[in-house]
Amino acid sequence: MRTEVKETAAADKRVITKKPELLAPAGNLEKLKIAVHYGADAVFIGGRDFGLRSNADNFSIQEMEEAVEFADRYGAEIYVTTNIFAHNENMEGLDVYLREIEAAGVRGIIVADPMIIETCKRVAPTLEVHLSTQQSLSNWQAVQFWKDEGLDRVVLAREVGMNEMLEMKRNVDIEIETFIHGAMCISYSGRCTLSNHMTARDSNRGGCCQSCRWDYFLYEDREDANAESGNALFAEEDAPFAMSPKDLNLVQSIPKLVDAGIDSLKVEGRMKSIHYVATVVSVYRKVIDAYCADPDNFTIDPEWLKELEKCANRPTAPAFFENTPGYEEQMFRNHKQKTPFDFSGLVLDYDADTGMVTLQQRNHFRPGDTVEFFGPEIERFSMTVGTIWDDEGNEIDAARHPLQVVTFKTDQPVYVHNMMRKEL
Amino acid sequence: MIKPELLVTPTSVENVEEVIDAGADAVMIGEERYGLRLAGEFDRTAVHEAVKLAHERGVKVYVAMNALFHNDTLPELPDYLAFLDKIGADAVVFGDPAVLMNAKQYAPKVELHWNTETTATNWYTANYWGRKGSARAVLARELNMDSVIEIKENAEVAIEVQVHGMTCMFQSKRTLVGNYMEFQGKDLGVEGRSKDRTLVLHDPERDVKYPIWEDWNGTHIMSPKDMCIIDELDELIDAEIDSFKIDGVLKDGAYIRDMTGLYRQAIDQYAAKPEEYIEEKEAWRDRALALQPDNRELDTGFFFKETVY
Ligand code: SF4
Repeated sequence: MRTEVKETAAADKRVITKKPELLAPAGNLEKLKIAVHYGADAVFIGGRDFGLRSNADNFSIQEMEEAVEFADRYGAEIYVTTNIFAHNENMEGLDVYLREIEAAGVRGIIVADPMIIETCKRVAPTLEVHLSTQQSLSNWQAVQFWKDEGLDRVVLAREVGMNEMLEMKRNVDIEIETFIHGAMCISYSGRCTLSNHMTARDSNRGGCCQSCRWDYFLYEDREDANAESGNALFAEEDAPFAMSPKDLNLVQSIPKLVDAGIDSLKVEGRMKSIHYVATVVSVYRKVIDAYCADPDNFTIDPEWLKELEKCANRPTAPAFFENTPGYEEQMFRNHKQKTPFDFSGLVLDYDADTGMVTLQQRNHFRPGDTVEFFGPEIERFSMTVGTIWDDEGNEIDAARHPLQVVTFKTDQPVYVHNMMRKEL
Repeated sequence: MIKPELLVTPTSVENVEEVIDAGADAVMIGEERYGLRLAGEFDRTAVHEAVKLAHERGVKVYVAMNALFHNDTLPELPDYLAFLDKIGADAVVFGDPAVLMNAKQYAPKVELHWNTETTATNWYTANYWGRKGSARAVLARELNMDSVIEIKENAEVAIEVQVHGMTCMFQSKRTLVGNYMEFQGKDLGVEGRSKDRTLVLHDPERDVKYPIWEDWNGTHIMSPKDMCIIDELDELIDAEIDSFKIDGVLKDGAYIRDMTGLYRQAIDQYAAKPEEYIEEKEAWRDRALALQPDNRELDTGFFFKETVY
């Protein structure tokens, strides 16, 4: 895709008409629907086989059909990740599986292993084939190679920066997808077998147990000394050696990515909650739309940055976008950070006459709590919760039970699938 | 019986000579700028010398260009490949398709060996790269014996496996050792982060040490033990695996020379008198063990390991 700029003579204002695709993750149908509802143009999902993240909830073929049917109504696309590096024994059943995915109406698959690429072209030729980031695609000639191999799109290595992307776009006419938000490997993708060694789990077939995020101790090794004796390259008060990267966040760089004509902007996180997906997708939706509507007068609304922080479970950084990241983009000692907000409820219904919301509880809240509502139809607003009733009309002192259905009055109208969160 | 090629990664031109004396059939060398985790640094002059020396002795020279290349290095590839073609290097070891494309154009006489390290895991993909012009696939170290043999049975390209040495577990483009030192407020100019520093990460949970260093290609973390299957070569030889590699990374030249000699004898013994080799298996392991530095234990890598996912 090339960015198309329209000069509207009347308004004398530049408008970008060809927006990049906003691509969101979904671990199950509920998450998928939320992602689309909150503004994703496309969603990637995992199937039961041949994908990484073996422990993320994955879609059966029937669920894929449902997903496609739902997405079609909104003009959204579905891609299925089949990005393992297969071993001999994984080759069985692939033909049937790919044919089923094709028949389910999925747009394309995301693939790392040429075995799966070629099999797909043979047995399910109408599926688009996208090269997974697992191939760690880092230069434009390699991009050219995969284009010549007939791939429809490539997902770049996480190590590729903005200038490199521009060079790729200049040299090769192929769709480019890049990650804009979420957790990532600190290794080159596909080039880490820490988990294979440490826990006998194959990271390139979805078994990674994030061994890179554990603590280690750096020593200078000598034959005459063991690790405990005096060759430590840290003092007692120093944090241990760690390789935990901050999560990626390119919200500030969306204008550059749009201008570069990057075709698809991808959010990581099939295991993340609907609250996370909704928050991240809605912010990027706003940023992309605002920039494309009026690129010359665009500024980042600080509100967007604050929103993203509300669902972040780790600090974020731009990683390789401008430069090779330094220690500031890693985490030492504290690898985890608690999310500052709790997702406390999902709107099931709203009665405009009474101003009462019917809400499915997702986390504890009680009368007197300050909460905020957000969603694509409304401006975010805060309010104090008043009296809460359960689904039988009994007044309750708190919404305690997960998935419990409760009602109470909201200060402003809300819509189905809006979300309520509470500061911790 | 068809004997496999014994391939070694030496540390220097002198060491090339030593490992040839010790019985190597081929050596893999190269420079950090293009190749990953090499035992020694060979600039163009050294590569040229090694090729002359090896070819006089009927030994092959493979040059490592298996780095992950970014745009900025691409302009250097044609010249380097043309140089390798000119001096008669026997093969270029590649992982990145950019090298494959350039090699076809600038080094048409040089064979290609596909080596992406961790991702060469099935025979279909090995053959795929074969159709793209590769003569050989270097298998991932994370495969077990049965998978290796099944790949060989179905492969249309030569198959190389590592039989000895350290294996890589992790490569990052980030400067992780330097980052940690900088985080601690240390002066990076004074601190060394290269291979020479022999840095290790201690894993308190498993009580093992992983060698770690930084170079042009980023940060590398290696296996805590050296794999060694000098006592399990029979099945692989019977399966007609084409090449056995001894990886000399982070070892000195004498060790590499001696280990090469040991494998030479073991292979020759099995080829000549298989029963004797079978009987002597334990002795072969002991001989290898005797060469090990105290801080490096031996294991059998993933050859007999069950990996789940
Ligand atoms: S251990 Fe870390 S770097 Fe390695 S595959 Fe897992 S998440 Fe990625």
